[in-house]
Parts: sequence; C-alpha cells; structure tokens
Amino acid sequence: MTNSAIPTASTLDPEERFDSLIDSGAKIEPRDWMPAAYRQTMIRQIAQHAHSEVIGQQPEGNWITRAPTLRRKAILIAKVQDEAGHGLYLYSACETLGVSRDDLNDLLHTGRQKYSSIFNYPTLTWADMGVIGWLVDGAAITNQVMLTRTSYGPYARAMVRICKEESFHQRQGYEIMLTLAGGSDAQRDMAQDALNRWWWPVLAMFGPPDSESTHTEQSMRWGIKLETNDDLRQRFVDMTIPQTDHLGLKVPDPELAWNPRREHYDFGPIDWDEFWEVVKGNGPCNQERIAHKRDAWDEGAWVREAALAHAKKHSSDASMSAHQ
Amino acid sequence: MSDEVRSSGYPLWEVFVRADRGLNHVHAGSVHAPDAATAVQAARDVYTRRAEGVSIWVVPSSQVHAADPDEAGDWFDDVKPYRHPTFYEIPEQVGHM
Repeated sequence: MTNSAIPTASTLDPEERFDSLIDSGAKIEPRDWMPAAYRQTMIRQIAQHAHSEVIGQQPEGNWITRAPTLRRKAILIAKVQDEAGHGLYLYSACETLGVSRDDLNDLLHTGRQKYSSIFNYPTLTWADMGVIGWLVDGAAITNQVMLTRTSYGPYARAMVRICKEESFHQRQGYEIMLTLAGGSDAQRDMAQDALNRWWWPVLAMFGPPDSESTHTEQSMRWGIKLETNDDLRQRFVDMTIPQTDHLGLKVPDPELAWNPRREHYDFGPIDWDEFWEVVKGNGPCNQERIAHKRDAWDEGAWVREAALAHAKKHSSDASMSAHQ
Repeated sequence: MSDEVRSSGYPLWEVFVRADRGLNHVHAGSVHAPDAATAVQAARDVYTRRAEGVSIWVVPSSQVHAADPDEAGDWFDDVKPYRHPTFYEIPEQVGHM
C-alpha cells in the first residue's frame, strides 16, 4: 500500500492532506476532513444515483404482470429487486457524508434533487424490457465501472457491488432482444421500434458534451470522475454497435459510421434541447414517476408506524424483564 | 400523521457479513430498521441476494466508536521496523526461517 507515502496530519494542514490523498490515489473516508464543496458534490451525485436506482424500478415494474413467460417474470422481479438494493447501497454511502435518509427522501419527493432523465420515458412494449437491460443498464455500467475507482471510499465500494450485479441485468436484456430479433416479423419490428425510441435518450445519459459540462473539471481534479462524458459515450457506442449488428437491428442514426482514422464510430448530434426539457421536468413521465414514489411512501406510513410500535413494545418488554 | 411516521423514524444499523465458514465478518454497509430482528432481515435482502454470506451481524450505528482520523498518523505510523521479520538478516546457509 501507499500509506507510508501519505503525509500525516501533523505535517500538513487539512486541505493539503486532502489534496495529497487525492493525488496519491488513496480513497477519502467518511471521517476525513474534506472541502465543503467536495462533500456537497458527493452528496448530490450519490443521492442522484440512489434516486435513479429507486425511480428506475418503475419503468420495469410496469411489465412484471405482463411478462411473456414465468421465466421472464421471475427474472424481471429479481432485476427490479436489485435496483431497490442498489438504491439502498447508495443511500447508505450517501448517509456517511452526514445527510439523513429522511432528508434524501424529502429532496427527491419535492423535486429538489434529480434522478436520471432516462426513467422519465415510458415503457410501451415488452421489447422495452430488452432495450432497458441491454442499453440503459449497459450505459450505466460504462459509467459505473469508472466509478468503482472514484475517490470517495463508500461510493467506490457501493459501485463494485453494483457492477457485479449489473452484468446480469445487461445480459438478460440482450437475451430478450436476441429472442425478439430471431422471432416473427412483428417481434422484430417491436425490437427495432424500442431501439429507435431509446437510442438517443440512452446516449444522453452520459450527460452534456464536455464543452458544456459544468462539473467535469472540478470532479476530475477531485478524482470523483476519471473520464469525461464524451469519452464514456464514445466507448459505449463502440461497444454497442457490433452487438446491434449481431441482432440485425439498426440504430436510428443516418450519420453513424465507422471512422478508420479515429478507430471509433462517428455518430450524429444529440438533441440536447430535449435532454434539458426532460431534466427540467417536462418529459413524458416526470410527474407520474414522482407522484407514484410519493404515494408509495405515504401509503407505507402505517407499516412504519406498526413496526415502530412493535419495536417500542418489544424493547420495553426486554428492559422490564432485565430488571426482574 | 406524526412527524415520526412521515419520516422513517428508524435507527441506522451497521451490517457485517461472514462470506463463508472460517472467515471473519466484514462490514458490508448499513440499513434502517425499527429493531434488530428486522435489521437482520433487511440486511439479508439488501446484502446477500446472491449467496454472499452465511452469517449476518447488525450493530446500532450509534454504538460504533472510532479512532479519530486526524490522529491517524500518530496512531498508526509504522515506526518500529524491528517488529517486522524482514528487519533481521539470517545467513543463507541457515535456509528458510
């Protein structure tokens, strides 16, 4: 380990020590001194990530009752349960920064913190379950593999756990696409239609282009991000096009072409106006997603009340018997 | 609706998972739960969906006391090299020791 090379608290002021930890590639842990802006950035990013996992249950939950076979249904339930688990790993990491779970819930429910815009699009057909696993989770993996090396320890550890599980998500999605692409004309059309609708929103998941990304520079200085939005997006496109070819499907981009000089795929411009509209709350499902989340929370109040009453009764029983 | 119920009102528990017999419990993360039994159940659902463990401990987070990281250098500096076996030179003829 590099620990012996890290200057100790007695030789440096807290900010110099923080910077030297970052520069040496060591992780920042919850009780370390950190700049207020680093803490705020981490809270915002981890919370947004956690909210995305939790809200991300809804588009797929929409198809659990209509999955075409019992096998697909069991898989989809397990996947949606994973998304809930991922949300909880991340809330747990976020709380180490001194923010409470209740505050995080409140910030989501009142729209003061965001979640990934991709979940504001509707899931219209079963093929959307294939595309979400294959491409939405595929894009998330591209970002999350980078984040396993992020500078905040609890966030990096949550990412390691999540990445292990996301691989199942992506493969089950691609398997759905393989089945549809090898099926009837109607099934093939359904697969192509889903790809057409999701392709551009998926590319936008990586965030604004580097030239307009407000957070990238500071986040890279702090080791929160290790690669830029555009680099991650390019990597995703390069990995995905051969998979698309194998399905015999086409991404809805007339400008897509292999560029032998760059050794990357070129692709057409992303509609950032649409992206910002959805971020601002004007996507097809923004209101529905938050209303559903709030209702679930409110309707669960009696469960929380009963569980707390039970815990109180049980603990007073225990303390009474301890005195006997 | 009381504030306590509007919020989760649940205390935080640290979760430790033993991956297999013969290994120690390792910190996995945390869960909110109203009591210890529910915390173990929640920890099972959150942290062991794929046979990651054979045993779970939960501890109220408020009961974990930690060393001050600002003192870490003084506490953990390795200033006594003679505690390590490599400090001592053993003649080659003696062989492995």
